[in-house]
Formats: sequence, C-alpha cells, structure tokens
Amino acid sequence: MGHDGEESLATSEGEEELANDRRTSPPRDRDDESTIRGVKEEGAGASPKEESSTISQARSNSPETEQEYRPPLPPRPSNFGLLREGSYSPGSSLQRSKNTSRPHLQSTATTALSRTDIHTQSYQDGSRETFAASAQTTPPSKAIAAFGSIKRIKGFSGSEGGDSGSVRSYAPTLETGGDVESLLGEVLGASQESPAWRLHSTQNEAPDPFDSITYEDDETTVDFYREFDEISAVAADGENEEQLLNQWKSKRKHFLILSSAGKPIYNRHGDDNLISGYIGIIQTIISFYEGAHNQLKGFTAAGARFVVMSQGPLYLVAISKLGENDPQLRVQLEALYMQILSTLTLPNLTHMFSNRPSTDLRRPLQGTEPLLSALADTFTRGSPPTLLSALECLTIRKSHRQVINDTLLQTRCETLLYGLIVASGRLVSVVRPRKHSLHPSDLQLIFNMLFEARGVKAGGGENWIPLCLPGFNKNGYLYMYVSFISAYESIGEEEHERVNESGKPDDIAILLISANKESFYDLRKMRDALVDELEANGSMAIVRSAVRRGRPTATDIVPGTVLRHFLYKSRANVQFTMPSYEPSFTTLLARRRLLSLYHALHASVHAKNAHLKVHHCISRESISLAWVTPLFELYCVAGPQASRNALAQSANKVIQWVRKEEERVFIIGGAVSLNSLDRCTIYKKLTPPAARYSEQI
Amino acid sequence: MSSRVSTGARPGARFAQFKLVLLGESAVGKSSLVLRFVKDQFDDYRESTIGAAFLTQTISLDDATTVKFEIWDTAGQERYKSLAPMYYRNANCAVVVYDITQASSLDKAKSWVKELQRQANENIIIALAGNKSDLVAEHPDKRAITTADAEAYAREAGLLFFETSAKTAENVRELFTAIARKLPLEQAGNRGMRANPRQGVDLRPEAPGTQGGGACNC
Ligand SMILES: Nc1nc2c(ncn2[C@@H]2O[C@H](COP(=O)(O)OP(=O)(O)O)[C@@H](O)[C@H]2O)c(=O)[nH]1
Ligand SMILES: [Mg+2]
Repeated sequence: MGHDGEESLATSEGEEELANDRRTSPPRDRDDESTIRGVKEEGAGASPKEESSTISQARSNSPETEQEYRPPLPPRPSNFGLLREGSYSPGSSLQRSKNTSRPHLQSTATTALSRTDIHTQSYQDGSRETFAASAQTTPPSKAIAAFGSIKRIKGFSGSEGGDSGSVRSYAPTLETGGDVESLLGEVLGASQESPAWRLHSTQNEAPDPFDSITYEDDETTVDFYREFDEISAVAADGENEEQLLNQWKSKRKHFLILSSAGKPIYNRHGDDNLISGYIGIIQTIISFYEGAHNQLKGFTAAGARFVVMSQGPLYLVAISKLGENDPQLRVQLEALYMQILSTLTLPNLTHMFSNRPSTDLRRPLQGTEPLLSALADTFTRGSPPTLLSALECLTIRKSHRQVINDTLLQTRCETLLYGLIVASGRLVSVVRPRKHSLHPSDLQLIFNMLFEARGVKAGGGENWIPLCLPGFNKNGYLYMYVSFISAYESIGEEEHERVNESGKPDDIAILLISANKESFYDLRKMRDALVDELEANGSMAIVRSAVRRGRPTATDIVPGTVLRHFLYKSRANVQFTMPSYEPSFTTLLARRRLLSLYHALHASVHAKNAHLKVHHCISRESISLAWVTPLFELYCVAGPQASRNALAQSANKVIQWVRKEEERVFIIGGAVSLNSLDRCTIYKKLTPPAARYSEQI
Repeated sequence: MSSRVSTGARPGARFAQFKLVLLGESAVGKSSLVLRFVKDQFDDYRESTIGAAFLTQTISLDDATTVKFEIWDTAGQERYKSLAPMYYRNANCAVVVYDITQASSLDKAKSWVKELQRQANENIIIALAGNKSDLVAEHPDKRAITTADAEAYAREAGLLFFETSAKTAENVRELFTAIARKLPLEQAGNRGMRANPRQGVDLRPEAPGTQGGGACNC
C-alpha cells in the first residue's frame, strides 16, 4: 500500500532527484556524523549498513547494546517510572530526527538556505547538539551523579539517553523497505490500544501529536485555551503562590532567557518572584555541565522537553509539551536571540557583558518584551513560516506583481536599502540592492513586529524604527519607515477592524529601510509617491482585493479533494504556500494540532537516518503525508477515512497546481530568491546605495 | 520639521505648521496623549512605542488661524536616547510628560527639559504635562507629585504647565492649544524666507488645494 503510494507520487517531478539524493546523501551523513561520533562513541559502524544493525539491536532493547550506546546513563526502566503521563510522545522520536531544512535559518543567507535544503544534509548544529545532549561525554560516574542530583531537585527523568537510543531505532525501520508507511501506521495503531505500547511509545516514537493531544482530551483542550492567559503577580503575603505555580506549570510552552550569571532576562509566563526558584535550578543545571566542559543541550523531565541554547553571555531555554523536536525548538530559540540582537546589536550586547558580567539586561531591553512574547506565542500557536523557515507571498498575477515591482523601482529614493510591500504578513513585492540579501529570519522579525506585536500599530501614525537586522548585519542599526494602509479603504471603517483568519488585521504595510537615520522625510516622500502611483495604476486595488479574498481553501485548489490542509515549500525560492485554515482548522486548538502534525511530519522526513522522502502517517484523526524532493517539501493532511491513494492523488494534484500557479503564489526569481540574481531584472535596475551603518542608534 | 506660516487662500487667513516632540519616561502616557489629541482615542492596554511614531493634527485657533502640528512621539527608552536629538533638533515645541503618580518620572522630565534648553532651538516652547490626573481623582493618595511643586518648577523653568488625563481627555486639547497660541505666529512674518526648508519659518503663500485647506485632520 505504501509502496503504491510512493509509486503514484513518484510519477511526478523530483523522482530523479529523489533517487540521486538517496545515493548521495549517506556518505555526506557519514562525514557529518563522524564529527559527532568523535564526541559520542567509537566504532559505531563504518558504513550505513552496519549502523543500521547496531540500531536495530538497540531497538530490540538488548541490554549490552544499551550499554554500548549510552554508558553514562542510568538504567532505563527507572526512567519509565519517572515519566508521567503518556502525554509526551514525540520528544523521543522527534528529538533525534534532524531538522534539515534549517537549523540556522537565522544567520544563513537565503541562497545558502536553499542550497543546504537541497542536499538534505544541513544537520550540522542541530544534530551535533542533540547528540552531545544525549550522549554524555563526561565520565560516567560524574554524569550519573549529575542526574542523581537533578533528580532530587526536580524529578528529572533523565530519559534523553533513552530517547536517542529509541530514535535511532526509528531510522532503520524506515529504511528497511518500501513499505515503511504501513509499518508506521501499525505502530501508531498499536500505540492507541495497548497501555504498554503507549508507555513505550512515550519513549519511542508515535510522532503523532494529534494523538498525544487527543489522549488527554478535554484537560488539554482547556489548558491550551488558557495557554496565553496572564499569570498574575505574587501577592505580598505570598498566599496565592502555590496556585500561581500550578498555573505556571500547566502552560504547555515556556521560554526563558537568562544571563550566564543567572540573571533573569525574559520569561513568557509569570513574574520573576514566582519563578526565581526555577530560574536558579535551570542555571545550576546548565552551569554544572558548563563546568564539566560539556554543554547541556536538552533533557526531558516530567513530560516536557527542555532545550538549552547558549549564545555568548545568554542562555535561552525552551520548555515544550507540544511535541516539538530539538531542532525545531532551537529554531525558535534562535529567533528569540535574533530579536535581542535586533534590539541591541551584537557589539552592544557583548560590550555590556564584558564590562559587567552581572549586567541586568532587562533595562536595555525595555520595550522588547512584547516583541519576544509575540514571537513566543506565534511559536506556541504553531507557525508554518517558522517550521519551514520560509516566507509566504500574496498570490497575485505575475504581471500585476511586475507593475508593483516597477513602481517601487521608479519611485525609490537614493537612500533606500530595502523596500517592501507586505499585506497581512504576506510579501507582495521587494526591492533590494544587488549585493545585499534579504534574510528570512530578518523578515520574520519585521513581520512579527508589524503584524503580531501591537506596539507599532498602536502608534497610530507613521513610524521610524531603528532596528538591527542580524541576518543582514548584526553590528549596526538600520532605520525602517513603516506606514499602514487599510485593505478596506473602500468598504468602511468597521470592516477595517475585522481581523483575518490568522488574527492579523488585514493591513498593507509599506516598509522602507535605510542605513541613514536622517532619511525619514525622504522615505516618507517616497512612500507618498509610491502609494499615489500604486493607486493610480490600479495596483493597490489588486492588492486590497487579494488580501480581502484571503487564501483559497484546499477544495478551491483541488476540487473534490480529500485534503483538509497542506503546506508546500518551494526550496529554491525559500517560500511556501498553503490553503486557508477554513473550514477545518479555525479554532486555536485545531490549528495547534494541525501544526503539531506538521511538526512531526517535518521531523520524520528530516530525520538524519530517514532517507525516505515520502512518509505517511495514519492516526485516529487523520491521514497525512510528507513528501520531500530537492525541489519542494509537501505536507498534507486528510481526514482519517481518506484512503492513502486518494491522499497521494491529491498530493500530486497540489504539485500540478503549484506548477501551474508558481509565478503567482511565489515571487519567482524575484527579490527574495537571491540565488537567481541574474534572472531578476528588478535587481539589475537598482543602484546599490551607500551601505553604511551607524554603530549606534 | 519646519514651521510654516502662510496666508491662505482666504484673505487674512493664516496657516502655520510646527514640529512638536514628546519626551518623557517610558509609560507616562506620551502616546496616549497624542492619540487622544489626534484621534480622540484611549487604550487601557497600550503596548509601548517602538522607535518613534509620526503623526499630524491640525487645529484652528480662531476663524483665521490654523495650526498644523507634526508630532514626533518618541519611545522613552534609554537605548533610544541617542536618537532623541534628531527628533528635537528642529522642533518648535516640545511636550515633556511625567506621571503624577510616579515621583521618579518628574526627575526624568526635568532632565529632558534641561537637555532641550541646552540643545534644542533657542526659542523652543516647552510644555510640562503631569499626566494620569484621573488616577488621583479616584484615589488622592496615589498622587506622588503635588500640583504646587510641579507648577513652581514649571514657572521657574519657563514652561507651560498642565495636569492632564489622556484617559478622560482632561486638559489634553487645552495643552496643545496653549502651545499653539504661544508659538510665534506673529513674528513669523518678520523672519523672512526660509534658508533651510527644515528650519525656521516658511512664509510662502499656501497654494489652494495643498495644506492650506484648513482643519483637515490629515
Ligand atoms: N489611568 C490613566 N492611564 C493612562 C493615562 N495615559 C496613559 N495611561 C496608561 O499608561 C500606560 C502607558 O501609556 P503610553 O501612552 O504607552 O505611555 P508612553 O510610553 O509614555 O507612550 C498605558 O497602559 C496607558 O493606558 C491616563 O491619563 N490615565
Ligand atoms: Mg509611547
């Protein structure tokens, strides 16, 4: 069955590349892995073949293999006991799977991004870190002692060793044959029936958060709707503390940022007084490892995955019960770090801490908290652009976009570095100088600031914002002119206040970025000329109606399809497209489940040892598919009653649709696709500005 | 940016444009005052300003005189400090805001006043606004700075002074109107043509159909 699925899928493009990839990627993996191995263990097999066998032994739970694998870790059974509910299934399997698509979207140029993607091997940091975390390099006794003490403090389960072992075991299953999908389907089926399996799967695989969330059902549902509720301050008498702590613990996702000296910098939930104890513990754990010259990368405790990232003087910690894997969480932490750089610039940050290691960063970061929280909440709700590290564009005709591009070019002023038109978080048009790339991670920060946080809009006028775009240059500030234009101009005020399906007001933003802090009035003049011209040539009306129309539903795209939703990422363009969340995923929880499923699919096809490029996943609630070629990544979801064939057929239809619509849904060879500079006339016409940045704001 | 006074289309009608900057500690209510003035709105859960916001508002002083403010609402945060000169450099007037329930915010306001008197336009009009007066109306014990103290300081430093509430709109319009009245509409005529479009006062007659059109809330 799975075989059938694959065949029908393979009829379309990408088959050859897929085959190529299979041939070529193992050696690359070897390279990559040998570095990791150096840390981890010796002689774990000189060929992929051997490796698989080791792994399958691990899977069969042979004690010696376990020994061989994770000498420093406490025996496994005790871990089981420590794990609470079966709520945390994915951590195990996901933890190991590598996020190929971009452990490092933030600092990588768009071009580089797409290139790494194509080779399916950008495991560098993500994987190394995961390994380092799971395989303790400290002498066994020391490591065990560490775990012991942690356990006393917090009921630490120390199960990540188990995770890595079991995840490993996941890979060969997928490699063994063509019928990978059905195997996985059975596994998932079984996990739903037998409690033993469930327990096991808690540690092993079941990368199906739909399930993990469904299991707890109402409780989780309620929890998740309260996820974004503020936790009130601790009363003076401390009477409400316990209740607040329970509320704090019930959050499914936390982000903490602290200085390496242990000073709290940011936490998404609860005030400092409430969680200072936890901050202290986390800092102790992290510095214990640091002291042993061994960076702690992550661990699992009480059903939550903790991922730690150390960036210069900062520690960033993500705590997730949502089933995201380490690389996925790392991408999120990286984005938070980029936001901090965007506020301060790297030299400022470094300078403050080298002057005074005990610096309290809260003050210099004042006003940044809403931006960090907007990012954090986006991640908690689930964010396709973050998962895919790709941009979404507003779908309009190619010729219409061309007119807009030309208008931007005609009206551009001397000092302009980047000019962007963005409609409710989707890119409409960009101009940028030939020599400067535009980084998805920078755009993510900008979009977050404009469309998720409310501070800029709340200003009620035009805006002049100094900011550092770390992907562009982390050493200095740029200055961004922003003005919003209503997408409902002609319709009247009330409707303007309407928010679209993703909760963002449907506004069109004109962003003009310069390196010159005195250029506000020039850019303002340019904006006026630009908007006048766009109104005059009809472009504004086109953009407005595209915004109002919203995304088409899956059925609009493929009539009669079983698909409920899909994500299609064009790797070369570093862009993605998706249908509306209507009608199936309109609630917060439905959306989160969908995104969790996407996270799991994404993790499985990017798992390092999973050379499979098509992956099915069947659960009580859905049947889904991930399909990865060097050209694209497709993730699609259908209802549980849909057949795999129907799903595969629809997937093919989506591919056909994208091929037909490509120049509308993506900015092809456009300003975003930096690797195709020469195909893109828009650059050629643009004179690079004098790119100087002031060191200070 | 610049202030511009011009005789409009109507004989005897005057139109002037002035640059105004708001300064003060974070969260004292600068943005709230501006939004009350410009849009007659108030939001209890306002997120703090990022960078600076630029807004305009036009008011009529009398039948013959229209004043347009170009307003820079700055973020009060420390790290933006070095950008402040850019906003007040050519300002004709400034509103320095403190929160009457926060003693430290007046200190900050005083240091802004000092900086303006040292660095800004020589004849800049400065108004001191003690905001959130509604809070002490309900709970008088919340007040941290007495009216008398602030008033005495304002007199000494040569500032206009109002206690305002962006929430109830108390004294908001009065504040901006008082500033407009104090601006040098009269002398403007004597200053002559502008040397620099961003500096001084521009006296060119406003062509009908441009900004000369009166209270256009644009
Ligand atoms: N009660 C009351 N609250 C106010 C008043 N003005 C502002 N606020 C609140 O004070 C907070 C900070 O206001 P904001 O305008 O952002 O201050 P800014 O940082 O100086 O711009 C917001 O929560 C406002 O709702 C006021 O006159 N009365
Ligand atoms: Mg403000």
